[in-house]
Amino acid sequence: MPTEILMPALSPTMEEGTLAKWLKKVGDSVAAGDVIAEIETDKATMEVEAVDEGTLGRILVEEGSEGVKVNTPIAVLLEEGEDESALDNAGSSGASKSDKSKADDVAAKSDEATSDAPSAEGIEARRVPAEGKVHPDPDDAEGALAQEIPEGTEMVSVTVREALRDAMAEEMRRDEAVFVMGEEVAEYQGAYKITQGLLDEFGARRVVDTPITEHGFAGLGVGAAFGGLKPIVEFMTFNFAMQAIDQIINSAAKTLYMAGGQMGCPIVFRGPNGAAARVAAQHSQDYAAWYSHIPGLKVVQPYSAADAKGLLKSAIRDPNPVIFLENEILYGHTFEIPKIDNWTVPIGKARIHRKGDDVTIVSFGIGMTYAIKAAEELAEQGIEAEVIDLRTIRPMDLDTVIRSVKKTNRCVTVEEGYPQSSVGAHIASEIMVRAFDYLDAPVLKVAGKDVPMPYAANLEKLALPSVKEVIDAVKAVTYRD
Amino acid sequence: MATRSRNSASNSSATSAGGSSKSATESSAKEIVKTLEHFEAPAPAKFAKHDEVRAYRDMLLIRRFEEKAGQLYGMGFIGGFCHLYIGQEAVVVGMQMAMQEGDEVITGYRDHGHMLATGMEARGVMAELTGRRSGYSKGKGGSMHMFSKEKKFFGGHGIVGAQVPIGTGLAFANKYSDNGAVSITYFGDGAANQGQVYESFNMASLWKLPVVYVIENNRYAMGTAVSRASAETDFSHRGLSFKIPGFQVDGMDVRAVKAAGDLAAEHCRSGEGPIILEMMTYRYRGHSMSDPAKYRSRDEVQKMRSESDPIEQVKKRLVADHGMSEDDVKAIDKDVRDIVADAADFAQNDPEPDESELWTDIYAEDIPQAAE
Repeated sequence: MPTEILMPALSPTMEEGTLAKWLKKVGDSVAAGDVIAEIETDKATMEVEAVDEGTLGRILVEEGSEGVKVNTPIAVLLEEGEDESALDNAGSSGASKSDKSKADDVAAKSDEATSDAPSAEGIEARRVPAEGKVHPDPDDAEGALAQEIPEGTEMVSVTVREALRDAMAEEMRRDEAVFVMGEEVAEYQGAYKITQGLLDEFGARRVVDTPITEHGFAGLGVGAAFGGLKPIVEFMTFNFAMQAIDQIINSAAKTLYMAGGQMGCPIVFRGPNGAAARVAAQHSQDYAAWYSHIPGLKVVQPYSAADAKGLLKSAIRDPNPVIFLENEILYGHTFEIPKIDNWTVPIGKARIHRKGDDVTIVSFGIGMTYAIKAAEELAEQGIEAEVIDLRTIRPMDLDTVIRSVKKTNRCVTVEEGYPQSSVGAHIASEIMVRAFDYLDAPVLKVAGKDVPMPYAANLEKLALPSVKEVIDAVKAVTYRD
Repeated sequence: MATRSRNSASNSSATSAGGSSKSATESSAKEIVKTLEHFEAPAPAKFAKHDEVRAYRDMLLIRRFEEKAGQLYGMGFIGGFCHLYIGQEAVVVGMQMAMQEGDEVITGYRDHGHMLATGMEARGVMAELTGRRSGYSKGKGGSMHMFSKEKKFFGGHGIVGAQVPIGTGLAFANKYSDNGAVSITYFGDGAANQGQVYESFNMASLWKLPVVYVIENNRYAMGTAVSRASAETDFSHRGLSFKIPGFQVDGMDVRAVKAAGDLAAEHCRSGEGPIILEMMTYRYRGHSMSDPAKYRSRDEVQKMRSESDPIEQVKKRLVADHGMSEDDVKAIDKDVRDIVADAADFAQNDPEPDESELWTDIYAEDIPQAAE
């Protein structure tokens, strides 16, 4: 019985990839462990190893093919004694065999965390529900980017990943004092490829690979900032910044105050934050609320590529320590971004993504994907939601939120972080103080569940907010059934 | 001056500040240790009369200042934590004598001596201790959190060991900017067991950063004797795994400290990377003002005071070797007392910060906008 080799998922968030190169050709014998192909994802190039032995009978996906979905059959392996005639059967049954029982025909070899092919199902479950890969512009001319972009500006399609990279590159060109340091930022080109190409352009002096010592290099970055430089410290994920949180809070955030204004700490701590997919409790946490607690820090969590770029540029120029929370799932998403030299977005200003009169939905970062999708579905049911993207968590643009709530009289907050002492809890409290008489319903929070993130795909899905929860919350505050 | 042999293997030319440094040769651990052992404490520096006078005056200023701070604490003018440097004066004064313009200093919370040694004003330091508006941090930092950008003093850090990566970062900036400056990063025998110290050692050596790690071994981390907290009590060897040389220094002899500081600064400035100086010193007073002093005997303290006092050592030489009379020395004493009395008077009468200061200095405001 011929064995199908399926396109493997080589990282927790991989949905598709490019089949860059076949290292075996039809007729070659293959032993378990042989590298048979190279696959490129948006993050890295990785090798695919054969699990079973046999002869490569047929290649189903030619090298150079882009956008090959995870679990697509890419080749057929003949067992000993089989010949090409066995292939005809295999081809016809291909689709039905693309299930998880056969998916582990291929194991991935990678420096990164790898997941077994069955997790593709989990990825499907986890896939951001709001949009496809391309995020539409908000339809309201006054909303969103239109607030900041001159009419007639040319727009280009850019991923969040490219936007972040461009922001750093532009600021490094502009200011010699800016440098980036972190684990795998240089020769590896970034664990998530955010620093891709920077080493080539700026050299090892300014693109610095560090040992795996978050506490140490975060503190070193603080010292470099005291010494007149403008460090960008990349954490491979913000989960690892827990090791460094003393330096971030006690050293970076408090020095300006403790020094009576004499000297502060111009530094950016950035990296992916929040849940990725199927990486479980220690790697899935949203730190927005944690850092937003601290006077002296600025906390930014962009959703779109334009905001990612504009806000990161502003963060690098800011004389204060800025926590810049990215999201692994958003990295590969494409948005329209204005083709403007020196595009910046001010820290501390929310963006009205969508106008509406019936309810205000406030979110930020990946939470926006739920909010936007919910707003679209609600519109079909006759409920017009105003969706506000906070963009900056601290200092928080509460004026924009309050103004909207005074119009809609209702508010739902959406975030992936935990519910207690959450960003939403703070917003609810502020609304109660500043717009109590305008409220027609209690403010409701949609947040991550109050549990450590589980691994199992179904449980993970339950632990995260959903579009349905947002819709239900909106219906509750608008007293619809 | 001391001699030292250099390990040509480990001294491969320095790469850029952050360059991935690939060691040219692999030295065996044995060879490294052998090489590093050649870093012995140099003979004490030869001091001319003016060196001795400076050392005496600077150390005495710290001693008298700290005594006064202790008094003001007892009177309730100083609150919170207050860690006195009495007994350790030779360390910071000797190191300061070895430093050049542009070199930086950073330390932990026992920091009053370091500030005075860098030339920060006694008035400003004392007024900060009393929490007044003319203090170096406008009264908002206190004993453990003071800074002077002008004097290159970068704190004043209240978290044990946190200054070590920061001091290493100052050295990173020096190398990045190629300004020839050296970061003098002080920490104690207690901090020497913190993990972030070793993360810093690794990066400093890997990138050949110009940082002198000065471990002030005053024998007690709060109330815990070194031998009760440290598996390896020779802190000068704590860098061996990172190819960082180090040696012990008589931290009660300002001349020995000066000579060690010269060697260490030269080591850094010539691109050799970090070096560790373990200063064998002693703190006469408690860890902080609220120390019960149950962990050591009065005799131990008394013996150190009477036999090894850093200030008395210099005073004897001033009279015996440099022809100064008791009256000459007393004139210096009086000058110092006047400075301290003036600082104390100032710090008690300076107003508290304006209430509006509660809300200032949380964020730096001068955000450069889009314009180039």
